[in-house]
Amino acid sequence: MDVRSQVSMVFHLDKCIGCHTCSIACKNIWTDRQGTEYMWWNNVETKPGTGYPTIWEDQERYKGGWEKGNGKLHLKSTSKARVVANIFHNPHMPSMDDYYEPWTYDYQTLFNAPEGNDQPVARPVSRVTGEYMEIEAGPNFDDDLGGSPIYAMNDPNLEGLNSEQREQLFAVERLVFFYFPRICNHCLNPSCVASCPSGALYKRGEDGIVLIDQKRCRAWRSCVAACPYKKTFYNWHTGKSEKCILCYPRLETGQAPACFHSCVGRIRYLGVLLYDAELIDEVASRPDDELVEAQRQMILDPFDVKVIAAARKNGIPDDVITHAQMSPVYQFVKVWKIALPPHIEYRTLPMLFYVPPMSPVMASRENDTISHLSTDLFHDIDESRVPMQFLANLFGAGHEGKLRYALYKQRAVRLYRRAITVGDIDVETAARALREANCSPEEADEIYRLTSLCTFEERFVIPPMHREEAIQMLEDPHGHRQSVGFGFTAGPRRGL
Amino acid sequence: MIHYLDQLLFAALPYAVMVVFLLGTIQRYRAQSFSYSSLSSQFLENRQHFWAMVPFHYGILTVLAGHLVAFLIPRQILWWNSKPARLYVLEVTALAFGIITLVSLGAVVLRRLTSAKVNVVTSKADWFLYLLLFVQILTGVYVAVFNPWGSSWFAASATPYLWSLIKLNPQIGYVAAMPLAVKLHIVNAFIVVGFFPFTRLVHILVVPNPYLWRRPQVVRWNRDPRRTGAIES
Repeated sequence: MDVRSQVSMVFHLDKCIGCHTCSIACKNIWTDRQGTEYMWWNNVETKPGTGYPTIWEDQERYKGGWEKGNGKLHLKSTSKARVVANIFHNPHMPSMDDYYEPWTYDYQTLFNAPEGNDQPVARPVSRVTGEYMEIEAGPNFDDDLGGSPIYAMNDPNLEGLNSEQREQLFAVERLVFFYFPRICNHCLNPSCVASCPSGALYKRGEDGIVLIDQKRCRAWRSCVAACPYKKTFYNWHTGKSEKCILCYPRLETGQAPACFHSCVGRIRYLGVLLYDAELIDEVASRPDDELVEAQRQMILDPFDVKVIAAARKNGIPDDVITHAQMSPVYQFVKVWKIALPPHIEYRTLPMLFYVPPMSPVMASRENDTISHLSTDLFHDIDESRVPMQFLANLFGAGHEGKLRYALYKQRAVRLYRRAITVGDIDVETAARALREANCSPEEADEIYRLTSLCTFEERFVIPPMHREEAIQMLEDPHGHRQSVGFGFTAGPRRGL
Repeated sequence: MIHYLDQLLFAALPYAVMVVFLLGTIQRYRAQSFSYSSLSSQFLENRQHFWAMVPFHYGILTVLAGHLVAFLIPRQILWWNSKPARLYVLEVTALAFGIITLVSLGAVVLRRLTSAKVNVVTSKADWFLYLLLFVQILTGVYVAVFNPWGSSWFAASATPYLWSLIKLNPQIGYVAAMPLAVKLHIVNAFIVVGFFPFTRLVHILVVPNPYLWRRPQVVRWNRDPRRTGAIES
């Protein structure tokens, strides 16, 4: 057993209101520089929809993630032989057209325009060329199903749905969508790291955050093609790739990452998980339908004395183990089993988990009056407006089992709480629903508490990062006088 | 007078550019390793990139490899060329790759001119480099067409000249009588080497060699001094 700790995340999709506050918080801190304007390390997508960059889930086009061949895992995008052959032109790399051309507006015209018959207009100006431009696409042009015939109909997750289900999905009065906020998943088996010809990408041993060494990056852009979630980005100005850093400077000082901290719907949870690193290859090679369960199995019980002993042996500090015991992510993923990894069939073993969304409550209509009958209030999962197959394609590698379990449990918790607080559902019905969902009343209370009443401290259980023990701290501080911190301090200058 | 110019260009210049090349590349790597790449613009323009970059690189690599082979094993080249049919095959192949390189360099320049986005990431040093490369490849193709059987006389004259440079005893007699186009080709090559550290050419030095044998996953440890910076799975 090779125990390592990983800062992991849960996004509760039922609570996401699609306000993009997370995206803005991230952009203001990290990606407001030249070359990064088009990057959204955090973005919020509407599902069904094509997302950002467009149709990123289509791995036949972008060749992201891992593939199983001859029993061994290999990168879908770049086998080592092909990396050499394609070294002068990366065949599967998205270009700026697949994201969007960033722009600002010529606001000065509103003030400086000479007097005339027309109202002055602020025209869009490209943030790349500085020229006037026509806006053709933006990072969230399909927000709330905007332009659905173009966008939502092309969602790769609609695969396996019959035409009737597809039509239903977009029929007026049955229309349904949910939000899908995304950041880097800080995977256990990251294909971006494996693909880098320069070895510039790495996973931090202590907390599992995946970073790009800006000094070693040589602009091969293999990571951009290899990441199936398209969460590494190429900075065209510095010639370096960049990605979500999980706000590690904030985490190291005990603060939640900016997107977590600013989340209006309080959908985000962060905590540390202990896992067995020996199992990475084996778990990532399992058949599609076993992947979710296999990943859960490699996440270790932080209360188990054997695990604690092995963790201590690997140098994991006691207070990190304590935090792993308090981790909300552990509850959602391992104990309650209601949070699922996105697209685990890409085999990167993402460490960001999603609580799948319940469909909207369906009203019934009688004689032109809409009534919310309690028997119908929390409808059967199979009658939900989002076809189960669609959610399964997103969160279950196409298999419904684990997803159905998560949804049934959520539904049971709702019935149970409704019976207690409103009382229009009888206690027997609620109890039966809990039994069917394999959920005790105590567990239901806990789920309810962490979902609805959770405080800041309960959502973000940030482990001590022990930066004071980091190797740089052992260096002579006088050697670093007149420099800013311990990293490299020269500006990201190109010129040549 | 001509003699002194030959001395300057073929006996002094090569050593001057080698000093600049060595000091320049080392100093740039020390002071500005951040910019040691080709600053890829494929992200900004994807379609023309393929049709320009792939033939250019394969073309110029083949041509350079040809020069290198003639420099390293001149006797074998002369033996190969002793049969006219084999000589023609070699000459035609070399010329074809030269022309591919020339045409695709045109495509590279055209792309930089026509794509507004790519133009933004094109520096003055880039344009200067394209000028040098254009002169180099154009004179090369010219020589291949108008001074034929270069594969043979390169092995017989240019190779001993280059070896004399390495032996620090430059014998400019080998090249002094060469046609003007050949001389231009040689001198321009020295200039390219001299400007190497100050252009995007440095990307040649950072080809990804460790990738082919490193383990897929890279983990860096902060706390454990024994494991710091170690590449392991």
